[in-house]
Amino acid sequence: MSGACGGTIAEIRSLVSSGQASAVEICRAHLQRARDVEPRVKAFRALLEESALSQAETIDRDRREGRPLGPLAGVPIAVKDVLCTRGVPTTCGSLILRNFVPVYDATCVARLRQAGAVIVGKTNMDEFAMGSSTENSAYEKTCNPWALDRVPGGSSGGSAAAVAAGEVPASLGSDTGGSIRQPAAFCGIPGMKPTYGRVSRYGLVAFASSLDQVGPLGLTVEDVARVLQVIAGHDPLDSTSAPLPVPDYLAALGKGARGLRIGVPKEYFRSGLDPEVETAVRSGLKIAERLGARLEEISLPHTEYAIPTYYIIATAEASSNLARYDGVRYGHRAHDVHQMGPLYVRTRTEGFGSEVKRRVMLGTYVLSAGYYDAYYLKGQKVRTLIRQDFERAFEKLDAIVTPTSPTPAFRFGEKVDDPLAMYLSDIFTVTLNLAGLPGMSIPCGLTRDHLPVGMQIIGRRFDEEMVLRLGAALEGEIKFGARRPSLDGTS
Amino acid sequence: MYGSATYRVALSGSGMEYEPVIGLEVHCQLLTDSKIFCGCSTRFGAPANTNVCPVCLGMPGTLPVLNRRAVEYALRAALALGCRIEPVSIFARKNYFYPDLPKGYQISMYDRPLAVQGHLDVEAKGETKHVGITRVHMEEDAGKLLHEGFPDSDRASHVDYNRSGVPLIEIVSEPDMRSPEEAHAYYSALRTILVYIGVTDGNMEEGSLRCDANVSLRPRGQSGFGTKAELKNLNSFKFVQHALEYEIRRQTDLLVRGERVTQETRLYDPAEDRTSPMRSKEEAHDYRYFPEPDLLPLQVNEEWIGEVRRWLPELPAARRRRFVAEYGLPEQDAALLTSDRALADYYEAAARAARNAKAAANWVMTEILRKVKEDKIDVDRVPLPPVRLAALIRLVDDGAISGKIAKEVFETIYATGKDPADVVREQGLSQVTDEGAIREAIENVIAQNQSQYAQYKAGKTALLGFFVGQVLKATGGKASPSLVNRLLKERLDRP
Repeated sequence: MSGACGGTIAEIRSLVSSGQASAVEICRAHLQRARDVEPRVKAFRALLEESALSQAETIDRDRREGRPLGPLAGVPIAVKDVLCTRGVPTTCGSLILRNFVPVYDATCVARLRQAGAVIVGKTNMDEFAMGSSTENSAYEKTCNPWALDRVPGGSSGGSAAAVAAGEVPASLGSDTGGSIRQPAAFCGIPGMKPTYGRVSRYGLVAFASSLDQVGPLGLTVEDVARVLQVIAGHDPLDSTSAPLPVPDYLAALGKGARGLRIGVPKEYFRSGLDPEVETAVRSGLKIAERLGARLEEISLPHTEYAIPTYYIIATAEASSNLARYDGVRYGHRAHDVHQMGPLYVRTRTEGFGSEVKRRVMLGTYVLSAGYYDAYYLKGQKVRTLIRQDFERAFEKLDAIVTPTSPTPAFRFGEKVDDPLAMYLSDIFTVTLNLAGLPGMSIPCGLTRDHLPVGMQIIGRRFDEEMVLRLGAALEGEIKFGARRPSLDGTS
Repeated sequence: MYGSATYRVALSGSGMEYEPVIGLEVHCQLLTDSKIFCGCSTRFGAPANTNVCPVCLGMPGTLPVLNRRAVEYALRAALALGCRIEPVSIFARKNYFYPDLPKGYQISMYDRPLAVQGHLDVEAKGETKHVGITRVHMEEDAGKLLHEGFPDSDRASHVDYNRSGVPLIEIVSEPDMRSPEEAHAYYSALRTILVYIGVTDGNMEEGSLRCDANVSLRPRGQSGFGTKAELKNLNSFKFVQHALEYEIRRQTDLLVRGERVTQETRLYDPAEDRTSPMRSKEEAHDYRYFPEPDLLPLQVNEEWIGEVRRWLPELPAARRRRFVAEYGLPEQDAALLTSDRALADYYEAAARAARNAKAAANWVMTEILRKVKEDKIDVDRVPLPPVRLAALIRLVDDGAISGKIAKEVFETIYATGKDPADVVREQGLSQVTDEGAIREAIENVIAQNQSQYAQYKAGKTALLGFFVGQVLKATGGKASPSLVNRLLKERLDRP
């Protein structure tokens, strides 16, 4: 049944609904694929063989008994370990949540289950989604399927690698500053961060609440659209989720690029951009032109302030969001401590890794009395300016296209001791989180070292349709999907 | 105890006098059925950690959803205190670590509160004092540490999160009070009004109402403020007054000795009747407030305010004034009858149905309140409907029964809930208005009291009362006293 492996959602869905393959067979095939490649890729924190097979059996029973099948019936999907899964450990890549088992599903996970998806496992990630390489996981390093000595990107590195390695056709990630798009780019697959408020954050363990957003990664743009269709929409449990109707995303896919006005911001093509990345993105833009889109150079003048602004707001919120990990109610608790203060200090010292501690300290500092105005408040003002840059640009544009990341996947350890270099990896993606806009990375070429390059398509608020439409049009011409990693190479 | 004179210390030579400046911060638990950010019950006294869910336990990934009813209660309180409702208010996170605080921050309001600029007029020492309300804001309560009652209580503390997420409002007064008596009067009036409008049960023992006080001294006549101390743990009216008295005395002593008051938080110990500084570690907080990103700004439009205002009952002060004007009640009676909303409602229903406001006031203040006290019940648990009491008053006013009989009938209808007219009929208590029967009784009484009759005829007319009493006794209390009076006078004064 290995034929099911490497198939898209549409292919799997049709195998299941036609009865050509059972959901259990498909699930077994993907689990077998995972067992084969995991020793090299290590995308998963945990494979949920038993519960996945039992979900698959339910789908098969439903089909046999003639009950209607959901839009993702029998489709194996991987979920980033930052999303709560009922009865299944949810660690966030952190020791402090090593033994945490939620009693609830994240809303997006519940919606996947409702749609018939089979949750095959929880994927590795940077601790609390803080990082750009998945090297900050407290548990293991995930390898880039295209070059096993390189990082898969992060923080949703496991979710991207699992798809790229053919272990699942699609996965869920979370994106606070680029954590879906950058690993999607590094691993040569499409991955989307929807508009802030499009997908419920309930059950997404918070890193930076005003920036976090759940989104799909998939083998194809259509896979991304199919998963987004299921997880998008208002959730009464998340006050910041938008009470807006969800359009038919699949219907947007075939509309082509003719007549679309695409902005190309000059600030995203400056020094620091790897020439091979620039070449690949420019060639993608040429394809857009060939498809009938009009390109226009634009300026987003406050782009240079995005990284400092992001690291003020994200760390401030994180310092507060991570205060609950105190060893009192759940998760790790330091042993043999009998006083309150030392209990907090020891628990958090043992439970958090160094990048998390660095950000908690930064965030605590920028919110402190006497510094709040200079940092947090100023940061919020700059955030408004960055958002206004985009609003102005979108007055006469349908989409904006940029590189996703300034470089292709880098080697393990290359940036681990230089947090600033690591932070700059997000320079083209954080602006969207600050502005709340939807963005998708799609693969647009390979470097000489056979490393994928991603281009980022940005849409108006809640205009995921345009992002998917342009992404699908470009994907059809770039034909990147035919190229798959061999899983045995290094570079 | 210390009267206000005690701390007015004249410094030798300078003639300087100190004046206390007091402001109160009152936390009030709202009477909603469910918590402020989740659906858990707010019921007091449930077994520990049974009214909890992932949200109020601060589990990872959970999010708050604002309880609209809690906002309505908070608005009702703010309107009752004459506040201006802000069109947009913003929840903020107050960050600090404590085991009873599951998220490591409390969701509260900081620089954008729900309502501002209110006031409350209170009576203290026979004067009306206008106390400004700075702000009213909403927040969530924390859980509760349990240090006692467990086998391992010598080594460990336990936490009960039932209270975590119970909705609170904080009401901050202006520093307008100048004596512990005024502070006491303000706190008490505040409690009355909050209970009156139904937003809290006002139960101080269960912590539904909690008070902190800020107090400083300044030379009388000076408009600036001295250094203040914040007093915590003032959980009864008595404690508020005692703690302030102690603290004013302490600060006065310091100033008289030429020392300075330190700005600090002090804890009141009711057993010792003194305040002492909290350890500086406990108060050295930088709460790092910032807007709560998980909640949208709270928008309250005019329509919503109007809706809440329509549901707002007439407030005690206004109602008191109306009782004086509309029912002609003495100020004191009006104050008593409006001190409790259920009592005022009961009175009004009885007064209107009886068409005799004064008689209704007397019945409610004496008989109903006596029953309430004897049976230890709330006014809204009084079994006698106000219309029944009114019917009884009407029977008296119509001359059907005497006042004395009415008291007996009252006991019966209170106990049985019967219609007073039925009771009068069944028990043959109708007033005797048959003049022949009364005249007959009068003749009998005179015949049996010849010496008193002689004295009366000799000019001792004060004995009329004696004869009235005897006649009423002879008729079993059923004769109409006014009729007895008139017929007796006619008979006795006959030459």
